[in-house]
Amino acid sequence: MSAISLSAGAGAPDSPPKEAAAERARPRRHRWYRQPALMAGIGIIGVILVLVIAAPLITPYNPDTPNFSAALVGPSAHHLLGTDQLGRDTWTRLLYGGRVDLHIAFLAVLLPFVLGTILGSVAGYFGGWIDMIIMRLVDIVVAFPFFVLIIALVFVLGPGERSIYIAITLVGWVSYARIIRGEILVAKRQEYVLAAQSGGLSNLRIIGRHLLPNVITQAIIYAMSDIVQDILAIVTLSYLGLGIQPPTPDWGSMISNGQNFLTTHWQLTTIPGLAVVVTGLGLSLIGDGLADLMRPGQ
Amino acid sequence: MSQPLLQVDDLHVQIAGRRGIVRAVDGVSLEVPAGEAVGLVGESGSGKSMTLRAILGVLPPEARVTAGRVLLDGADLAHLGNSQLNKIRGPKIAMIFQEPMSALNPVMRVGSQIAEGPQVHLGMNRRQAAERAVDLMRRVGIPDAERRYRSFPHEFSGGMRQRVMIAIALSCEPELILCDEPTTALDVTIQDQILRLLTKLCRESGTSLVFVTHDLPVVAQVCDQLAVMYAGRIVERGSVQEVLTEPSHPYTLGLLRSAPDVDHPRSSLEAIPGSPPSLVSPPAGCRFHPRCKFAEEDCTVTEPPLRLIDAGHATACLHFERCLDELRTEGADR
Repeated sequence: MSAISLSAGAGAPDSPPKEAAAERARPRRHRWYRQPALMAGIGIIGVILVLVIAAPLITPYNPDTPNFSAALVGPSAHHLLGTDQLGRDTWTRLLYGGRVDLHIAFLAVLLPFVLGTILGSVAGYFGGWIDMIIMRLVDIVVAFPFFVLIIALVFVLGPGERSIYIAITLVGWVSYARIIRGEILVAKRQEYVLAAQSGGLSNLRIIGRHLLPNVITQAIIYAMSDIVQDILAIVTLSYLGLGIQPPTPDWGSMISNGQNFLTTHWQLTTIPGLAVVVTGLGLSLIGDGLADLMRPGQ
Repeated sequence: MSQPLLQVDDLHVQIAGRRGIVRAVDGVSLEVPAGEAVGLVGESGSGKSMTLRAILGVLPPEARVTAGRVLLDGADLAHLGNSQLNKIRGPKIAMIFQEPMSALNPVMRVGSQIAEGPQVHLGMNRRQAAERAVDLMRRVGIPDAERRYRSFPHEFSGGMRQRVMIAIALSCEPELILCDEPTTALDVTIQDQILRLLTKLCRESGTSLVFVTHDLPVVAQVCDQLAVMYAGRIVERGSVQEVLTEPSHPYTLGLLRSAPDVDHPRSSLEAIPGSPPSLVSPPAGCRFHPRCKFAEEDCTVTEPPLRLIDAGHATACLHFERCLDELRTEGADR
């Protein structure tokens, strides 16, 4: 121990110039842990994820089993946030509901990310008629408001988790395609792409190994804010009865169930609503922080 | 002369521009013998780079080859599809670019960039290709190659990056390397190192070079043959020795006069008057006549063909004797 402290003490006088050099190379605000927005977001989402994942350990009840003898009781030591009209513990259902919603949201953001990235890079790289077709498809999807199109699609496909994935993918890919296409249009004019072509690499390899690693950050930043939109979409659909089907808990259906008791048991609606707001806030903060961090040329 | 490695035959490249069709390359013929270095010299916009890019089939989207052939091993590269060309780019012909910074992928480790070619073209697995890359990095004189293998391009200096580019070009043992002003972006001492390295490595492996530059001393150092381009055409061609000592085209003469000569310093450098012509509507007759001090009536009408004036020395000037006369009188003055 003493050796370590000694060497640290000996190194101290040398360290300031070194640190200054590192500072110049990588400005202070570029370090991820110095981003207040990012840290706050990670904190909020971290707490939520821990609670949600540890749900079976920290809740004594089953989220789906009714207990009519304890229906609609207020907050107490037994039921932290009270129970609903079927006597199910609200705290338990809140955590299990978060599990369902977050799980679907994280998966649902991946599919459009992949699809949009592939189509966007193909459109941007090859141009011509391929670009024409893909961009007209984008125009068609963009012409409709996000939620209207999602709700209509899920309505047609029938309620359930699978429909949510399909609907969000069909609607969500356009943003990624636009971002990636724009970035590729700029990047493909760079000399390293010409060099790769001159080296006899296939177009697929040039897109995958040379272009995408240079442009994917923008799509990742967007994905963070896209998750917020996806969670809202899932909650909205469940609220309308088109999403997660009862008795599986989820924030949207909890809000809509509690509506009937709004005057007497406001917490049944307000608590899951707050959960949505806080989760959305946390993810937005992460998205903003990442954007600040990765924005080039600053 | 035996069968040349690469034969470019009456190549035409046109670019669809905003103000009309630009005839960037207008009937260029070129032969690259195996194991020799051919220099391609001219001002900016004379079509040197476009010629190189047309040979490899990597023209910008708005440009295309409208006529001519590019023969390598009996195959016409100008009429091959992309997937067939990809078998030639790399293992047969490689290219080195002017800006070593932008020609390397900024987010890929340099070692992986060198190893990529052998993996794709020579069927090597990841480990073999990595070993080869380290070996190549050593050959091009990058110190501490094993460690530098994992570096990113921005961690290298300009000269080191150009060494990486050379390693990439050599990675698949091509028969021909096209160099597009590879030393223009480097300072003079580094330039000299890179040129020596490039010529040494090419001699060792018997690789041919096409060397595009606007720098005549560089050509003298590297090349055996020399072709001077002006406004999309070759105006003079011959061995480096002949062209530099007996320039037989007023444009070549002008280029030589506009470069400082340490051995025989002049009081002032002579510039070529005027500027290169528009390639949308080039002047009639000889394209150089508006700027030429020897121009006569017939130069404005007749398009001078490239004709042999000596064994292996050709010029596209109707009055090339005047260049030689001027040189002779000047020599007498000195």
